[in-house]
Amino acid sequence: MATLADLELPDDPKLAQNITHFARALRKAGLSIGPGRVLDAVQAVQAVGFTERADFYWTLHACFVSKPEERAVFSQLFRLYWRDPRYLEQMMSFMSPMIRGVQEEKPAQASEKRAAEALLDGHDRDLPDIDDGGEEVEIVVDASRTISAEERLRSLDFEQMSVAEMAAAKRLLAKLRLPVPPINSRRTQSLPGRLPDWPGTMRAAMRKGGEVTHFATKRPRTRYPNLVVLCDISGSMAQYSRSVLQFIHAVANREGQGWAQVHAFTFGTRLTNITRHLRRKDVDEALALAGAEAQDWEGGTRIGECLHRFNQDWSRRVMGQGAVVLLITDGLDRDRDADLGRQMQRLRLSARQLIWLNPLLRWEGFAPKARGIMQMLPHCSSFRAGHNIASLEGLAQALAQPDDAGQKARLMQMMSGDG
Amino acid sequence: MVFGNIDEVQAGLAAQDYVCGRALATVVFLGLKLGRPLFLEGEAGTGKTEIAKAIAASLGRRLIRLQCYEGLDSAAAVYEWNFAEQMIAIRAAEAAGGADASALKTELFTEDYLIERPLLQAMRPQAGGAPVLLIDELDRTDAPFEAFLLEALSDFQVTIPELGTVAAPEPPIVILTSNRTREVHDALKRRCLYHWVDYPDFEREIEILQARAPEAATALSREIVAFVQRLRSEDLFKRPGVAETIDWAKCLLALDVINLSPEVIADTLGAILKYQDDIQKLEGSEAKRILDAAKADLVPA
Repeated sequence: MATLADLELPDDPKLAQNITHFARALRKAGLSIGPGRVLDAVQAVQAVGFTERADFYWTLHACFVSKPEERAVFSQLFRLYWRDPRYLEQMMSFMSPMIRGVQEEKPAQASEKRAAEALLDGHDRDLPDIDDGGEEVEIVVDASRTISAEERLRSLDFEQMSVAEMAAAKRLLAKLRLPVPPINSRRTQSLPGRLPDWPGTMRAAMRKGGEVTHFATKRPRTRYPNLVVLCDISGSMAQYSRSVLQFIHAVANREGQGWAQVHAFTFGTRLTNITRHLRRKDVDEALALAGAEAQDWEGGTRIGECLHRFNQDWSRRVMGQGAVVLLITDGLDRDRDADLGRQMQRLRLSARQLIWLNPLLRWEGFAPKARGIMQMLPHCSSFRAGHNIASLEGLAQALAQPDDAGQKARLMQMMSGDG
Repeated sequence: MVFGNIDEVQAGLAAQDYVCGRALATVVFLGLKLGRPLFLEGEAGTGKTEIAKAIAASLGRRLIRLQCYEGLDSAAAVYEWNFAEQMIAIRAAEAAGGADASALKTELFTEDYLIERPLLQAMRPQAGGAPVLLIDELDRTDAPFEAFLLEALSDFQVTIPELGTVAAPEPPIVILTSNRTREVHDALKRRCLYHWVDYPDFEREIEILQARAPEAATALSREIVAFVQRLRSEDLFKRPGVAETIDWAKCLLALDVINLSPEVIADTLGAILKYQDDIQKLEGSEAKRILDAAKADLVPA
């Protein structure tokens, strides 16, 4: 039934084989295609009985593609693959090692990282150098008399931690909770409440032979909001963003943590969605993968542009149901022309709560002098410090009381005083 | 009527004033031929909902629409008992003095007291053949409902404990749409044929406009489409869809506009742009700049 003249494909059994090979190539390119889909595709191709290359293309497209991002990959592979099916085998053998190489790299990276971590003990790789260390010792001696080690760790600045302290902090961070009050949903549940529960009343009545003895009521179900984290990973923020992401990883992976979904993005010069990587159980592996994906670790900052991208491409996808946004940045923007204020406002309008964590707040005399901070400040709903574990714990307070604005009021006053 | 090939699909939909490209027609044909649900994704206003209407009309089938929303549950999607009605029946039986428990049970749970919701309706036999079931804006529901749909869409049967299983004699033609405000689960997508409905190109949008707003003069249609197409390449929070183009054309016709000018655009901007930010952006000389560019695009044609 299929007239295959235009494509010069061999007869049907071979075609099925070719489609299978094609599906395998697509799978290697990252599309999720199960055997069921391949079967569908073969059936579909037979059903269409195509005479044109375009029909063949769209038929396979309908069967194999399931996300807009996959369209480009599909179209490239299609062109490469069906150009001349006789070179199929060679093509496959040519492509396989290349793709296999990429796949094998990932687990290797994680184990490598672990091995490095094991060897790292004592060697500071990406932590402050010796003169900082000297200062630290002083703090240790000073503090150990008054407060417990854990207590001290909680108030210690992320940037001043040694490797050992960092490791201890990591354990503390993993235990932190971020409780959020639930939202009333439109669904109801059969628990005593203010709404009449007709089905419940009826069911109770039927058990008693139609005698209505009890009037059942129901009440709205509650659900949890989404958490969206936008984390600045530029050079000035590196040490904080690592710690905060470890904390977010713990929040995202805890069973019954009280958030519907946790989405995370990093930004420096460009915006990267790292949600997928955060699902990894191992925090180091998750951060390593996120780091590989975000190519702008410790680069410059273009907050305005990145917020703009988020508002355009992601805000409606991840913030649909009353999401809380956690923005972690120092607000030091390198981009002069960006309209930061407007992007911040847009972000605020689509979020339930916009909490800004700024590590710069740890300094006593912090004043909102930077242009970026002045533009952004009026639009956040809460402004707090985020430089140590204690300040992350303080976050819970901001979530529990949505009208708790942190330090915003004080700084706003300072700003108007200046102006 | 049944479509025999892709061309017939295209022609059949065009007869319903739905102009679509070959890609979309291929997917529709496949969906009908293989009896698979269609999963259409795309920006708002690109004609995803309209295609279901066009398919239903061209095949002479009934269109059953399930509009999704957050908190949609099976009572609102499949069926519900008319409990208030049942209560009255019980009271009436009591008043008549003949309240027999087992008799009541068989009487109360019959089709008389069943409120059918879209999914159950779609499984009932229909006069003209299996209906077209449109599950609109699936991205608005939550994951539990999606999971529930998985089951309903694979078997096309619903079990009502008191009545038994209702199976569709012929599976309905299912069309799911999503605006992609969130990602729909892969498991559901896997059961469907997928298509991303994009904005049409210039020529196709002219065709669409002429089909949907035939009163518009050719010159005006061309200006409208050129302007809207230009607008889509601008940096907007929400780019105008085809639906907006048609709306706008109708607005301009109602105002007896013969050709576009910056003043007319400023007055009717609300028909194409739906965000204050976007409207503000186009105020002043910006509208004129885009209009000039759009007119320049038209000259060589």
